[in-house]
Amino acid sequence: MLCHRIIPCLDCDLAFPEGRVVKGIEFRQIKYAGIPWQLAERYYKEGADEIVFLDITASHERRETMTHVIEKTSENVFVPLTVGGGIHSIQDARKVFNAGADKISVNTAAIKNPTIVGKLAKYFGSQACVVAIDAKRRYIAEREENDNKIVVETPEGLCWFECSIYGGRKFTGLDAIRWAMEVEERGAGEILLTSMDKDGTKKGYDIPLTRAINERVSIPVIASGGCGTLDHMSEVFQKTQTNAALAASIFHYGTYSVKEVKEFLAMKEIPVRLG
Amino acid sequence: MGNIKSVFNALKYLGARPVIAKSPSQVKGDKIIIPGVGAFGKGVNNLKPFLQKITETLTSNIPLLGICLGLEMFFEDSEESPGIEGLGFMEGKIIRIRTKLKLPHIGWNSLQIKKRTCPLFQDIDNGYVYFIHSYHAMPEEDLVTATTNYGCQINASVWKNNVFGTQFHPEKSGALGLQILKNFLEL
Repeated sequence: MLCHRIIPCLDCDLAFPEGRVVKGIEFRQIKYAGIPWQLAERYYKEGADEIVFLDITASHERRETMTHVIEKTSENVFVPLTVGGGIHSIQDARKVFNAGADKISVNTAAIKNPTIVGKLAKYFGSQACVVAIDAKRRYIAEREENDNKIVVETPEGLCWFECSIYGGRKFTGLDAIRWAMEVEERGAGEILLTSMDKDGTKKGYDIPLTRAINERVSIPVIASGGCGTLDHMSEVFQKTQTNAALAASIFHYGTYSVKEVKEFLAMKEIPVRLG
Repeated sequence: MGNIKSVFNALKYLGARPVIAKSPSQVKGDKIIIPGVGAFGKGVNNLKPFLQKITETLTSNIPLLGICLGLEMFFEDSEESPGIEGLGFMEGKIIRIRTKLKLPHIGWNSLQIKKRTCPLFQDIDNGYVYFIHSYHAMPEEDLVTATTNYGCQINASVWKNNVFGTQFHPEKSGALGLQILKNFLEL
């Protein structure tokens, strides 16, 4: 039986020689958490199923630092490594694959130029091509006819979800649920779905968002944003079809180890890989 | 292809001295590994310059390990790239996974070892290994050394004489995967 995946995420500020893991709250306010390859190795030893590295600086001159981080990590960490942030071309992708990454994740580049998804999938295989979606709730008073947005009911009211690019700095008007369906068509192998409303709040994953996208695509969806307690982890697995959950703060600041999360989930009879 | 560096790193970690062969003349170790992710057709095409060297291993008895697409290319053909011939080292076809669950099959799934005599599985208990694929091999049952379940049976590894194949990625399967690679190195 396939296990549910627990994926620590390292948001990397590469303005430092070895990089720094930082954590933002709702895509702003930044807090220092450690050195990327050291944290990655710790999570690997604790039983992380994969590790995601996001370059939050995403500027060209710092790409070499990310390459260095991945090279160093992949010497001692033997679970899949995904790298995202600032990948805009086959050449950018090839660099991180050569450094030891197993998957790349694209967001801004894909929205600005959707054909890149198909190109990356064709070149490196769908399984290596993750599309990241940063989605923000847009509440509406009532459903409007002739509006092609997919509207979802949430406990807080009706809303649609808008895609954001440039690390949450720019909104696109693009419907996140429709975009998820489109990237599957274009060849993405996985979707890394972050709720901008929940990210850094420790109030739990955006269940209606995660459910809505899972119901409409047949590729795996990684839920991200908002995990603050053990119950949040079990909730996202029990209430949606998602089988992978990403978290950052709860691991970085020692609230729980990956092992503790997995032992808790196993107790709840959610299949996870232990030991 | 994507995961060559990962395999390289895992072998180095285990104390081996791997060489990534960029041309056929560099293929001269005492073990050969064909890793690979991506599409069948492109993979077979990339392998063409190395074909003679790889085929020689069948007679020279040098252990050969195919990982994921590497395994798939050992077979006759694949539904992923119709009309393209595989290496044909093993009889059978590569087919798309017939399951109602999400594809690609991504993540850690439990390994059910069917053939304990397979040297790769020495000192290995059933445990979890990392899969990432949409196709798998349909050989004679006799060649299958381990399976996993994903809404249907998936053939996780095969073995014929000196040729081994894993559909999962031992280089990305933590301590258990490293042990499988170590067993291959010790053949």
